[in-house]
Amino acid sequence: MSSSIQPTIVPSTTSATAVASPRDAVGAMASVGEIAAVNLSAVPLLSVRDLNVHFPITRGFILQQTVGHIRAVNGVSFHVNPGETLGVVGESGSGKTTVVRAVIQLQRPTSGSVVFQGDELVGANSEVLRGARRNMSMVFQDPYGSLNPRMRAGNIVGEPLRAHHVFESRNEYRERVAELFQMVGMHPGVASRYPHQFSGGQRQRIAIARALAANPQLVLLDEPVSALDVSIQAQVINLLEDLQDEHDLAYVFVAHDLSVVRHTAHRTAVMYLGKIVEIADGDEIYDNPLHPYTQALLSAAPMPDPVLERNRERIVLTGDIPSPANPPSGCVFRTRCPIAIADCAEVVPQMRSTGSLTKRHEVACIRVEF
Amino acid sequence: MSFAASSRHLLEVKNLETQFHTDYGVVRAVDGVDLHIDEGETVGLVGESGCGKSVAALSIVRLVPDPPGRIVGGQVVFEGTDLLRLDVREMRHVRGSKIGIIFQEPLSSLNPVLSIERQLVEPLQEHLGMTRRQAASRASELLDMVGIPDPSARIRDYPHMMSGGQRQRIMIAIALSCNPRLLIADEATTALDVTIQAQILELMKDLTEQFGTALLMITHNLGVVARYADRVCVMYAGKIREMAPSGELYGNPKHPYTLGLLGSVPRLDARRDTGKLTQIPGDVPDPTRIPPGCAFNPRCDYAVERCSAEDPWMEEVGEGHVAACWEWERVG
Repeated sequence: MSSSIQPTIVPSTTSATAVASPRDAVGAMASVGEIAAVNLSAVPLLSVRDLNVHFPITRGFILQQTVGHIRAVNGVSFHVNPGETLGVVGESGSGKTTVVRAVIQLQRPTSGSVVFQGDELVGANSEVLRGARRNMSMVFQDPYGSLNPRMRAGNIVGEPLRAHHVFESRNEYRERVAELFQMVGMHPGVASRYPHQFSGGQRQRIAIARALAANPQLVLLDEPVSALDVSIQAQVINLLEDLQDEHDLAYVFVAHDLSVVRHTAHRTAVMYLGKIVEIADGDEIYDNPLHPYTQALLSAAPMPDPVLERNRERIVLTGDIPSPANPPSGCVFRTRCPIAIADCAEVVPQMRSTGSLTKRHEVACIRVEF
Repeated sequence: MSFAASSRHLLEVKNLETQFHTDYGVVRAVDGVDLHIDEGETVGLVGESGCGKSVAALSIVRLVPDPPGRIVGGQVVFEGTDLLRLDVREMRHVRGSKIGIIFQEPLSSLNPVLSIERQLVEPLQEHLGMTRRQAASRASELLDMVGIPDPSARIRDYPHMMSGGQRQRIMIAIALSCNPRLLIADEATTALDVTIQAQILELMKDLTEQFGTALLMITHNLGVVARYADRVCVMYAGKIREMAPSGELYGNPKHPYTLGLLGSVPRLDARRDTGKLTQIPGDVPDPTRIPPGCAFNPRCDYAVERCSAEDPWMEEVGEGHVAACWEWERVG
């Protein structure tokens, strides 16, 4: 149904459109497919290096003084390949939302580099950003706050089309909007309604349709299902997975719920206090968590299975997440870490690689031996 | 203060009905709920938003805002007394000293302009008749018990000076201060992070075990109750649809809604390539327009003609396991 859209709206010449298509060829010619796969992982769609986002803490009203900084994101590096989902997990205050906001430049980073489809976005002018935001879009957590209550659903979904002028005629525009509604499992007839006339799940579908309007390569999903009811969550997760398969989308999926991330992500990064502490491919991080924080997070996540739940060991961390204005020296997790030693206060742990080429696994902890 | 219980259960809710009168019509938030809790037992009440689980809890302790809400029928028998017949003063005594309650948002449950000490001391003086000095020393013991470090200093703090997890610990201290027989936790850990949630859940379990307090855990998260509840009730559109010992409910659900809920949660122990989640189609019904017959029938895979005509009653489907579904034999 929706693969037929591709020819009607041709995303104007961007480098990554060429990269995105070889996937279809994989089935037909295995050897070509393999080469394509290698190429895909060689050229990441998005590459983030040493990203820092610091918010100044000011004091005084007229003569404002900066008295410190909240280090919301502190030296984060990762990449996203075309068509893959990177899951980002962390608790509140870990900086996971700030990371995605800094990627799409809703929040200007303090320093670092964000390269999307070959363009550097940090410090880029509005023309470059406009181009980048056509191929990269975002879905926010709160489907109540992210849709303008005074706009009709059809206008909300069509806004990216108008903003980027990706239609030839009014008819084409209308058809595309109708198509988008169908893509997210809604009847196009609802386009004339206002956001308050929809349920939470339906609003999130509208937000997803809007995010897909301009045919992006990358969609940043900031807690897309956590405001929804359990039975609706499954609908939206399934929808996101279907859309990814059909349109070869890459996702950055931010969530606090580990089980949701495991289900959707090809790779998972765990964040704590502005840093990525562990990142690994596929099931690896869940089967073989190395960082003590990841281990605690996994053991604290409730599972709907009484037999399993009652028999598993639960690592209960003591204390609260420290203030990002005054993070602990050395390893940021050491104040709550069950295996911390004196050295942890001295050394800032660097990311170290383990695992194989097919199962990459990186962890930032000096106590982990491999 | 009589403990002569005419009912064998600590709490027995019979055919409870609570309605809200809104501009859009009457909302039957709780529509004939039957529920019991024994001494020292932990019961989970699970359901999605709008299913009436919180209103059920508020009805038990008679805190439903009136107007627009109103308990229109049923009984809430606690230690042999029908709470719905008590006057305001008697009810206040029950609430403080016999039934403790913890809500989701500790910041709005605590009074922002009173110190933690004042808020802890009040119920001790009011219900246990302690002197100010006795109450103060008991209060700092309670803080220590819920794991607040340096209790004698922190007791002078105000709620905004504490983190979310600490505030919830304070709520637990207040709720348990008068040794209640029943603790109601209404989404008590929903607003907290996973690692803090684990701390609070373990704390509630330890303390209720230590004091032999019965616990009613109300949540939307099937995972949260799995570890702790002896029995789980699943609620949908104002009614309890299934109730069973937890092992039985999770292992052998007999109501299509329970089955759907379990299938729609991704499992942390399932490999990522296990395929699609089973989803429940459609949306939670508008509370002013509950479908006739079984309220779940428009979303149900097992629905037959009878389901849209007649609301099924609770049937025994296994040992201690009841479900309200005409087609339960086919479910699973």
